[in-house]
Amino acid sequence: MTLDQLPLGTPARIASVDWSALVAEEAQRLQALGLDAGARVTLAYRGVFAGRDPLAVEIGRMTVALRRVHARAMIVEPIIESARA
Amino acid sequence: MSRMPIVAALVGNPNAGKSALFNALTGARQKIANYPGVTVERKAGRLILPTGEPVELVDLPGSYGLGSTSPDEEVTRKVIMGEQTGQAQPDVIVLVLDSSNLEQHLVFAQEVIELGRPTVVALNMVDLAERDGLVIDPAALETALGVPVFATVAVRRRGLAELTAAIGEARDRAQAHEANPRPHVTLPERRMLAHEIANAAIISETAKHRIHARLDKALLHPWAGPPILFALLFVVFQAVFTWATPFADGLEAVVGGLGDAVKATLPDSLFRDLITDGIIAGVGSVVVFLPQIVILFFFILTMEATGYMARAAFLMDRMMAGVGLSGRSFIPLLSSFACAIPGIMATRSITDPKDRLTTILIAPMMTCSARLPVYAVIIAAFIPNNKVGPGIGLQGLVLFALYVAGIVGAMLVALVLRRSVTKGAASGFIMELPKYQLPTVKDLAIGLWQRAWIFLRRAGTMIFTVTIALWILLNFPRAEPGQDQINASVAGTLANGLAVVLEPIGFNRDMSLAIIPAMAAREVAVSSLATTYAVSASDDEDAQAMALGDQLKSRWTLSMALSFLAWFVFAPQCLSTIAVARRETNGWKWPAFMLAYLFALAYLASFATFWTATALGLG
Repeated sequence: MTLDQLPLGTPARIASVDWSALVAEEAQRLQALGLDAGARVTLAYRGVFAGRDPLAVEIGRMTVALRRVHARAMIVEPIIESARA
Repeated sequence: MSRMPIVAALVGNPNAGKSALFNALTGARQKIANYPGVTVERKAGRLILPTGEPVELVDLPGSYGLGSTSPDEEVTRKVIMGEQTGQAQPDVIVLVLDSSNLEQHLVFAQEVIELGRPTVVALNMVDLAERDGLVIDPAALETALGVPVFATVAVRRRGLAELTAAIGEARDRAQAHEANPRPHVTLPERRMLAHEIANAAIISETAKHRIHARLDKALLHPWAGPPILFALLFVVFQAVFTWATPFADGLEAVVGGLGDAVKATLPDSLFRDLITDGIIAGVGSVVVFLPQIVILFFFILTMEATGYMARAAFLMDRMMAGVGLSGRSFIPLLSSFACAIPGIMATRSITDPKDRLTTILIAPMMTCSARLPVYAVIIAAFIPNNKVGPGIGLQGLVLFALYVAGIVGAMLVALVLRRSVTKGAASGFIMELPKYQLPTVKDLAIGLWQRAWIFLRRAGTMIFTVTIALWILLNFPRAEPGQDQINASVAGTLANGLAVVLEPIGFNRDMSLAIIPAMAAREVAVSSLATTYAVSASDDEDAQAMALGDQLKSRWTLSMALSFLAWFVFAPQCLSTIAVARRETNGWKWPAFMLAYLFALAYLASFATFWTATALGLG
């Protein structure tokens, strides 16, 4: 599953990112914000207009806005709630 | 021998609260300039150590890392490394970390600490972290990072004395020891370490940012969010016009009184005319717009300080994407409603160069406050004050239409540009949505004072000079008795020549005359018309008593007035904007392009307006 397909509010871990699908500067920016393999993320909001773009992703105590193009390059694995703690 | 003053720099991620800390440390004694060669703002202030020694504190643009991706971040990197011309390498780096975003901010922090420069850490906004149920141990952080750490709350001045003292101590320690760069580590390693350090420093942690989540739930709601944003924008524009009126009327009365006082005290002479018709009428007609500018900036600064501006960008992203831009362009474009200069400067946060260039090129089409004087005078003179519906006046409707014309024009131009001259990969939108915060009165006041001062300085220098120059050009050579003074003057001769080109769009000599000095700034068109009619009426007591609006009504037709309005929607009549565009794009190519296409649009729009209005029989 890619990040853009993740249901709202479901915690997930980024399994891998296809950096080659993204522009180099944008890849660097996403990495600087911590959006990289291993990060724990939650999809918080989606835009309303055509394409349900952009997306707001919670990572740690930070909320980051990005587009679906970026989210599509990130493979995520939902974290099962009972497996936590 | 006196030592060089200590230079310290505030460094940190965006949204770490650097500016609030900077304001708290330096007070209102700040100097704002630009770094040479780039238009990144250089904010510097003074701070006194407990030893009495002064420190020059520089506030650097927020950055996510030393591998820079925007002009802002490039300046931060260069200053830290001592490569920025016009800026001495900081003796001490004050690293600002947001306590409630510790793990994230520790990534960049490690990169800076690795350089081995004298560093002190301000663990900022600890109060907000505590509100979120996050308690951090500064001592543990200090041990892990190997540099002094101080918990600070800028607004409450908590920890500021300790931080200030530490800046002096860090410099003294650095003089005793050689710099010792630490081994470099890769980004994933740094991130892992950041996680470990943060976990070790956090004493307790409860459920996270409930307030933000609740606010975002409403403000970013797919259906509720956009109407809330538009309602807010409506209130902003409503406020700009209604709240400002009493203040503007007051200022106008002061300007009028000043003119009368000078008329009463000085003997009748050409010099008195220069003071009253030239300086007071000209500069005064511009200064009365200060209240509107202050109110608009009040809302923009508040939206930025609270964190809502980033949400507005989020909500607008999809729409902006439709014309090939991103939500990031929304902030500069909104600022451009106050003035295109801060708007164009705000494009520095746009990382994609094509995206940024497009935003710079369309920013002048947003209806800036300098157009308001022109619109207000013409609308008041020509558009009847009728009601066209409940609570909707015809005058307001025309003004609204002019705003919409600018926005629609800008969007269409962006669409065309992104498919032609600024073609490139689809621009992305990646942006941190900062935590909500109550703005502090002090930070707002400092910001507003800086904007107001820039505006007044412009009125006092450039508009002052242009007005005097125009007055001289209008009065010399002197006309023969019985001859029209304006036709005889240098300015009149120039305007008569220009009028030949502008005749097809309905402009008469006075309109052509007004737009020449208005090249310096749009609002000068009003002061020019005021000066022109004051000069031409100076022999006629009845005409002299007429207000500018009545003068216009007796000399222009409605079609001409509408054409004049259409011209000002598009015409790039602002030297400062052109100068800023040149600096921001590093050359004359793009400002020249901007001038050409905007003048072409202005001519076409005026042409269409004039002939449509004439054909409709509007007179």
